[in-house]
Amino acid sequence: METAIEVRNLTTHYGDREILKNISFTIPRGKTTVILGGSGCGKSTLLKHLIGLLKPTRGNILINDKDITAMDEEGMNNVRQKMGVLFQGAALLNSMTILDNVALPVREHTKLEDSTIRIMGRMKLDLVGLSGFEGFYPSQLSGGMKKRAGLARAMALDPELLFFDEPSAGLDPVTAAGLDELILKLRKVFRMTIIVVTHELPSVFMIADYVIMLDVGEVIFAGPLEELKASENPRIRMFLERKPEKETYSPEDYLRTIIGD
Amino acid sequence: MQILKNIHDASKIINDTFYWTVISPFKGKKVRYRAVISEVVKTGYNSIPIVAVISLFVGIILALQAAYQLKRFGALIYVADLVGVSITRELGPILTAIIVSGRSGSAFAAEIGSMKAAEEVDALVSMGINPVRFLVVPKLLALMFMLPALTVISDFIGLLGGFLLSVTLLEIHPYNYFQQTVNALLVKDVMTGLIKAWAFGIVITIVGAYQGFKVEGGAEEVGQRTTASVVTSILLVIVFDLFFTTLFYYFT
Repeated sequence: METAIEVRNLTTHYGDREILKNISFTIPRGKTTVILGGSGCGKSTLLKHLIGLLKPTRGNILINDKDITAMDEEGMNNVRQKMGVLFQGAALLNSMTILDNVALPVREHTKLEDSTIRIMGRMKLDLVGLSGFEGFYPSQLSGGMKKRAGLARAMALDPELLFFDEPSAGLDPVTAAGLDELILKLRKVFRMTIIVVTHELPSVFMIADYVIMLDVGEVIFAGPLEELKASENPRIRMFLERKPEKETYSPEDYLRTIIGD
Repeated sequence: MQILKNIHDASKIINDTFYWTVISPFKGKKVRYRAVISEVVKTGYNSIPIVAVISLFVGIILALQAAYQLKRFGALIYVADLVGVSITRELGPILTAIIVSGRSGSAFAAEIGSMKAAEEVDALVSMGINPVRFLVVPKLLALMFMLPALTVISDFIGLLGGFLLSVTLLEIHPYNYFQQTVNALLVKDVMTGLIKAWAFGIVITIVGAYQGFKVEGGAEEVGQRTTASVVTSILLVIVFDLFFTTLFYYFT
């Protein structure tokens, strides 16, 4: 199994709070890897480190065997041209039309003719099913369409790595399933390495080849989806069976909490 | 600690802005000229009416106030000197800077702040596009050009306001007033005003950008940062004004 990303002993802090606690794992190339975990487990922080938006306190992140934590801005930008990111809220630039949004990375990083860039942009929009919406502004689109447009922009430079931050957040089940279909199609057709951060189980079962599960800043599972389903780990079972966390308050604890010391 | 961090953040913005404005164009990273033009229209051209109206009124007010004192000495003609010098050296640049802080400085902070809140800034970074180059540099170039330009307009219309009042209410002969103004004004009066305006343009852009990039949370913080950007840029404009005026007092 070829490795696309390797994370070694990653430790990160938010202020004084430790978010990721010395985690290590690898992400296989050409597959869909889902980073799974409950709210506040540090999965969004992990994603931000993988795409180089944040610098870790300690540890290394190797993308194609190159350590991005030791890179300067220019080196990082070269790596970034090979990756696409779909943000949670799509993060389209509101001042531009959809086509200009999709064309933006191409305009910034290549010296192609504008007519060529427009054709490329339209192709990407067609790929995500948004033909005919080129001239629309992001504010005129629905949540699902924005995500599709964001995906078209993430793919504008035909990246090797495609990251998704909570792709189904804020979408109705039908639209979310549509987006999952699209992710499956991308992997099959373009053989991209896809990394999805999510907590939506239906979506995990549909798209994942490989799963990394985080729990309060630690990796509690890393392996193929089948192994996850068969796992006996109580934390994983709780997550998969949607059981709420047990209240561990004793009356004394509760009293102490409400008194406030 | 917080203060140190703020100083660090501010110096980083200043450093990045000048790198991407002055140095990187020579390394083949072109400035987004289209964005510069759109900012010139938004920040400069669209503020002409408000700058004109305020300057006209201030010119009139200044002439009235000057006349109130000078009348007692029978020296009404010196209204022209007073209006001319104070508008070009001081009021033209500072009024323009305050109007632009309110109009454009706040808009910069709000625009960058809401982009930060909506992860748009992160998206730019993840596409390998430097947000300072993409967002701040066009604004900086626009204001460095438009603040002096607006100041020229403000000077001219302020002088016109003083002129209109003097030739009507104060019954000074138009030609005498004109002659008196021309004799009173030196090229350096206008030039020092324009140099100040240029510096104010830089101050307003940097403050707006700094406050905008500081946003981490949501809509409420965008509002707070917008307010802070107006307050800080007006304060800094006055501080820089004091600095330049002192400098020019001794060295021109």
